[in-house]
Amino acid sequence: MTSELMNRLQRLFASGKKGLLSIYYTAGYPTLNSTIDIAEALEKAGADFLEIGFPYSDPMADGPTIQQSSQTALDNGMNLNVLFDQLGALRKRVSIPVILMGYANPMIQYGVERFCKKAAEVGVDGIIVPDLPMHEYEQLYSKYFNENNLSNIILVTPQTSADRIHKIDELSDCFIYLLSSSSITGKSLDVNDIVDTYFRRIEDMHLKNPTIVGFGIANKTSYQKACAHHHGAIVGSAFVKYLGATENYLDGISDFIRQFKE
Amino acid sequence: MKYGVNDLGYYGDFGGAYIPEMLYPNIEELRQQYMAITTDKSFTDEFDRLLKDYVGRPSPLYLAKRFSERYGANIFFKREDLNHTGSHKINNAIGQILLAGRLGKKRIIAETGAGQHGVATATVCALKGIECVVYMGEIDIERQAPNVARMKMLGATVVPALSGSKTLKDATNEAMRDWINNPVDTHYIIGSVVGPYPYPDMVARFQSIISAEAKKQLFEHTGKHLPEYVMACVGGGSNAMGMFYHFLDDESVKLVAVEAAGKGIDSGHSAATSVLGREGILHGSRTILMQTDDGQVVEPYSISAGLDYPGIGPQHAHLHKVKRAQYVSITDDEALQAGLLCSQLEGIIPAIETAHALAQLEKMKFKPEDNVIICLSGRGDKDLATYIKHFNF
Repeated sequence: MTSELMNRLQRLFASGKKGLLSIYYTAGYPTLNSTIDIAEALEKAGADFLEIGFPYSDPMADGPTIQQSSQTALDNGMNLNVLFDQLGALRKRVSIPVILMGYANPMIQYGVERFCKKAAEVGVDGIIVPDLPMHEYEQLYSKYFNENNLSNIILVTPQTSADRIHKIDELSDCFIYLLSSSSITGKSLDVNDIVDTYFRRIEDMHLKNPTIVGFGIANKTSYQKACAHHHGAIVGSAFVKYLGATENYLDGISDFIRQFKE
Repeated sequence: MKYGVNDLGYYGDFGGAYIPEMLYPNIEELRQQYMAITTDKSFTDEFDRLLKDYVGRPSPLYLAKRFSERYGANIFFKREDLNHTGSHKINNAIGQILLAGRLGKKRIIAETGAGQHGVATATVCALKGIECVVYMGEIDIERQAPNVARMKMLGATVVPALSGSKTLKDATNEAMRDWINNPVDTHYIIGSVVGPYPYPDMVARFQSIISAEAKKQLFEHTGKHLPEYVMACVGGGSNAMGMFYHFLDDESVKLVAVEAAGKGIDSGHSAATSVLGREGILHGSRTILMQTDDGQVVEPYSISAGLDYPGIGPQHAHLHKVKRAQYVSITDDEALQAGLLCSQLEGIIPAIETAHALAQLEKMKFKPEDNVIICLSGRGDKDLATYIKHFNF
């Protein structure tokens, strides 16, 4: 693929850059209109790409921190119409790759074709839908992702079989989202031997796609551990917690990023 | 079976397994093994023996004489209320605990709304000496105190679900999260025909004993192989699916599923999913659910905690869509009246869930020779406080 045909995420990974830091946060949290301000501050602070969550009432894979931020966002009036309106300003202010992350039902109710078109229009590069099965994705929805040059990012856990990891590798065109452990979001990663073995096992599979570690990355130690074996890491709950606990949260974002990356 | 599940876990447009990757190995293990395990002779022998000696099956099919006079047809009650623990829920709990043992699981989790499924699960865990954790919405814990005490007495840990609306749907989310965090040693006993495939099919098979027995018993009573009507209440829909199961392919049998209209379909306080819901995804399956335009799950309402669920099982969604079964709804007040009527005409105090199915009889037009089987899914002991409050006893 020539670089003009790649989305921003694919270009970032093609550059061969390592130690990538991605930040997750929930759209519409802590306030309805904070979405783009936070994105801009994160880019300035040195984040390499972003995951913006669209909230769902029943987020099965999330721990209390992200659940709570989703509920607050919904109470603030966030929904996909509002989010796409806000993201209309995204590419005037933010140039790093952006992924939308959320559960299948809101996307399906919005209409997957319409969702993908809208996402591409506002400059989104990839989508993560943790509860969308691979078979249904391939049969029903992959055409809309492809037509709009959106990467579908799929999760792998320590329990995912080698066969399945190879299948996920085949279906991916950007990176694979490696869960640090089998858990919901927001549980700090215990950097022990099991994680080490698992990180090495995946590394030794020599997948065609790069791997980024997420879930449980809350400090420099776990971030560096992830980066030692993989292309980077995603910080979610720790950042959402920061947003909820800090009054002038935009001002402190560069310090927050500096905890991980100097 | 014409209305059964296909190889991909779908009933027509509904079903599947919409789960995060963290749950995939658990669900895949179940999918690959549930049929082989549950059809093995050692399993069916133990299942049948426990249903007979421990649960007290077969449950009677009782010709309710005074109800029959009132409604002008032969009304039969399938007496699931006489089961150990007081409802049909035990059938599935027995099946799943035996399955969990054969999968080598050391810990059981469950969700519960009214507490009936929680009690059934705590019971079978005590029976098998396995650790049991039951998730229950904080609000349900308050309104179903006797069942919380029962579960504790049976040795289970009851964990309040504090997220979202703090009721059944949130208890289900919390149980799923527990399973994500404990993927290897834990089995999740889902209490209804909901959730990702293979749960809807597995639970329906365990509950299908209801219609298998009823079919035989009807013949003994009447010399007829098929009734004209089969009726049951529907929350998630497990007693209804068990009651319908062996009649699904007998197209002459009219199937009537009764949902909870709460304070009225248009009151904003209802759980009549088939009327108020749209197609979407809930708790891992594509089904019909109550949701906002934006796809957020709506909190339902019913006086009956067992029908207070924003979705229906995917097989029900299919039966509704292809019109194999008729889905109707009954309000709180209609159900409470029917509960009183059944108590005073038949000497049976039904669960408020069950009373919804009984209330539908008032709206039916039968011929005198019609045979009608209604699933008396549970007894009303747990609901006495609600009945007392409503009727000022």
